[in-house]
Amino acid sequence: MDPSRKRKIRLAAALAAAVCLASVLAYTSFSAASEAAKPSELREGHSYEVTGKVVDGSIARAGNELRFRIRDRDGSKSVPVTYTGSVPDPFREGREVIVSGELKRGMFVADRDSLVTKCPSKFTKQEQSS
Amino acid sequence: MEYALALLVLAALVAVVVARPLMRRGDEERLESGRIQELSAAKEAKYREIRDAELDHQMGKLSREDWRSVDRDLRGEAIVILRELDRLEGRQPDGVEGPA
Amino acid sequence: MAGVGSACLAIALLTALYAVAASIRGARTGRREWVTSGRRAMYCMAGLCVGAFVILEAAFLRSDFSYRLVAEGSSTDTPTFYKVTAVWATQDGSLLLWATLLSLFATAVLFLTRRSLRDIAPWATAVLGVVAAFFLCLMLGWENPFDTLAVAPQEGAGLNPLLRHPAMMIHPPMLYTGYVGFSIPFAFAIGALITRHTGADWIRATRRFALIAWTFLGAGIMLGALWSYTELGWGGYWAWDPVENASLMPWLVGTAFLHSIMVQEKRGMLKVWNASLICATFVLALLGTFLVRSGILDSIHAFGASTIGVQMLVFIACVIALSAGLIVARLPDLRSEAKLDSLLSREAFFLLNNLVLVGLCLVIMWGTFFPLISEALTGTEASVGPPWFDRLTTPLAIVLVLLTGIGPVLAWRRVTPRSMLRILRAPVTATGFAVVALLAFTDAAKSLPSLLMFSFVAFVLVVVAQEFWRGTRARRVMTGESWPRALARLTGRNRRRYGGFLAHAGIAVLFLGVAASSAFIQQRDVRLSPGDTVKVGDYKVTYERATAKLGGDSGGTGAPISLGAVMRVQRGGESYILRPSRNYYSTTDPSKGVISRFFDGEATSEVDVRWGLRRDFWLAVRPDLVSLEKPIARADRRFADSPGQVQAVVIQALTELYRQDPPPAAFRAIVSPLVTWIWIGGAIAVLGALVAAWPSPEARLRRVRSLYAARLGRELSRA
Repeated sequence: MDPSRKRKIRLAAALAAAVCLASVLAYTSFSAASEAAKPSELREGHSYEVTGKVVDGSIARAGNELRFRIRDRDGSKSVPVTYTGSVPDPFREGREVIVSGELKRGMFVADRDSLVTKCPSKFTKQEQSS
Repeated sequence: MEYALALLVLAALVAVVVARPLMRRGDEERLESGRIQELSAAKEAKYREIRDAELDHQMGKLSREDWRSVDRDLRGEAIVILRELDRLEGRQPDGVEGPA
Repeated sequence: MAGVGSACLAIALLTALYAVAASIRGARTGRREWVTSGRRAMYCMAGLCVGAFVILEAAFLRSDFSYRLVAEGSSTDTPTFYKVTAVWATQDGSLLLWATLLSLFATAVLFLTRRSLRDIAPWATAVLGVVAAFFLCLMLGWENPFDTLAVAPQEGAGLNPLLRHPAMMIHPPMLYTGYVGFSIPFAFAIGALITRHTGADWIRATRRFALIAWTFLGAGIMLGALWSYTELGWGGYWAWDPVENASLMPWLVGTAFLHSIMVQEKRGMLKVWNASLICATFVLALLGTFLVRSGILDSIHAFGASTIGVQMLVFIACVIALSAGLIVARLPDLRSEAKLDSLLSREAFFLLNNLVLVGLCLVIMWGTFFPLISEALTGTEASVGPPWFDRLTTPLAIVLVLLTGIGPVLAWRRVTPRSMLRILRAPVTATGFAVVALLAFTDAAKSLPSLLMFSFVAFVLVVVAQEFWRGTRARRVMTGESWPRALARLTGRNRRRYGGFLAHAGIAVLFLGVAASSAFIQQRDVRLSPGDTVKVGDYKVTYERATAKLGGDSGGTGAPISLGAVMRVQRGGESYILRPSRNYYSTTDPSKGVISRFFDGEATSEVDVRWGLRRDFWLAVRPDLVSLEKPIARADRRFADSPGQVQAVVIQALTELYRQDPPPAAFRAIVSPLVTWIWIGGAIAVLGALVAAWPSPEARLRRVRSLYAARLGRELSRA
């Protein structure tokens, strides 16, 4: 096999591998992704990753469960959340959090260990998630 | 006030440091000494390659024929570099100093 | 002094701009004096940045709260170590650190190349000057570290407690050293492209800087992972968070660059690839710096845009445009000098390894930016989580480890197939034994990816050991030295090769730890009262009693209150005590009562880990303060106006109340096998990199001799 033909084959193989990788990326990511939403945008029966602020005075603990309300960053409509799992250190009322889960009958049931809290400092972000 | 004073002082210091080369215009270093350094670095790299190939052969990664051919190529490339170096440094091919 | 600091930055900016102008003028007119002037300007800029940095540090050390930065990030009761390191916990301070490191590295490389690379160095100076000027502009225009407050407060806000961990404070300087280090080869690559000197000279001059940058960046990433594992309460070391990914991406591409430049050095191939790689590495390094402090991924981890996000984005776009344009314009000068002789050669496998590394980087980039991608393509913002990252990166990582083992076995240009088979016999056999042992004695078969990873790690380790052994034996045949001496001389004379092999072994060990601790982790979350026992894997954990400590926690972070637990852990014959706790820091929030101020501030989890070579036992506690809520509220009312000493006694009484009768606390217990090997493997890799980067004495001697010869020639010709 002459060298230029060898090189063309190698190039074709590399391109094929790249196309393969790209399609795997696209397919797996779009099917596994969870939609980001604000508390005011939640709809029943669909899983979301909700971003919002913890409403003051809404934090309560019932056994292993953590309950609080989450509202839009610049809004007042809030949604109740029940959560089990690790609670990040910076978690407290008024802080911005992200939590994944599904809205069921008006209550947002969060996935285990999906709570992430942002620390209030401007650029150093601390978070915990699993 | 402190800010303006510091500005002036620092600017003056920097100006003195960066302007000195512009004053001493006549002291030009030979352009070639830089090229010599580059060639020396290239020569070192080539020597290292020759040693690496020998080590590979000793460790059995290259058969005797393969090593011979690789070694020949590398030594040829090294000689090209040495020739250029000698020309710049005004040396005889056997490494003696003096006009060519 | 703040005025002096500001002035330093302002003059540094002007100096940097002058350096750019002078260097370009010198490069275009060929007048050396302008180039020298530009280089000296860079030295001055470094001095000014260091001066500004020292002034800022001094302000932190003496707790000068007239500086906005000190008031926001430090306090009189912050331990001294954290006062020093609090400088770079803030946006402004970290920009200053970046600029200072950049100017120091630039000074070093320009000094070392002041006599060589005559054509390229001026352009490299200009590039470095532009980058430095950009960071200085950011500071002077938007984030000045020397801003002062009209009224200096009595007390500062204090350093965020989560950052009070040695790893977290060393982590930023290490990362920045990595990012800045990669800007040096980038600047010289741009210079090489502009001047059309696209040979290997620019690589040879900057190779060490790339290696040092790679080492520091890798160490910084590992420190971040270590911090996450020991300081945060979730017990993991990697979460595929955008901020984490932002530092990993330039490291991956930088690893690819380190390998592919060897191909260009030896064969003159892959020139376009190398130029593109180093530009990509630098862009990713800027992106890494930028992602941490911007609002670009603002739906996920950077809530709220920062003030410099847009500027950095524009700068990065300009860098990409300039690099791409230059590479395309100089394509004719970047033609390969040689062709790939055989697929069974080091060059071919380095190319393959590059493809895997770049592939890994692309996967991570896709996942990190997916919210923006999906928004652009489908209109809805969606994100992918750690399971997706794990699923896609694992196969690539497994292939990478396999390549790590094959690379050292090959030779340049070509390998004789029969010799290859002979060399691979021992490692393959050893791997076979390892697989059989794993299947027979452990439950590694549960997870196929882990089994593959373990086998390939065994393969790599045997290959590396074999290389050292065969090399030492070959040397002994020639010189008759003793084994240790031959090994030392072998490594000393071939530092790049054997340092590299050591680094490969380290990385393999690291992946061993990652695979084992991911696939075979055992975790339990429970609520326990004193006296309760729970089973975690093979372990029996008993909550013996609660603890309460005031004024000075064991970690040295300056926490006023520390509540925790004494836990007994037993397994078979062994038994030990762990003391996890939770630190409570006070808040200056005026809406809180005088006593609740101490309980409602930030709180951090002080994890206790029993380190072990075979497995780690990790324990965290989250005390429940519900039984103290009423007493604290009562105390707030009764002691609102009492002096400090009375309040201290009250708080002591409250914590005693917790200690004697604690409500059930939440515990998380994790058994992670082989986690310690991640840190050990990383340390070995760093050691290998240092060996590879160490300058060899013979080359230095010869360099000095040739300098004398050059000087002699010069002086003779002048006479």
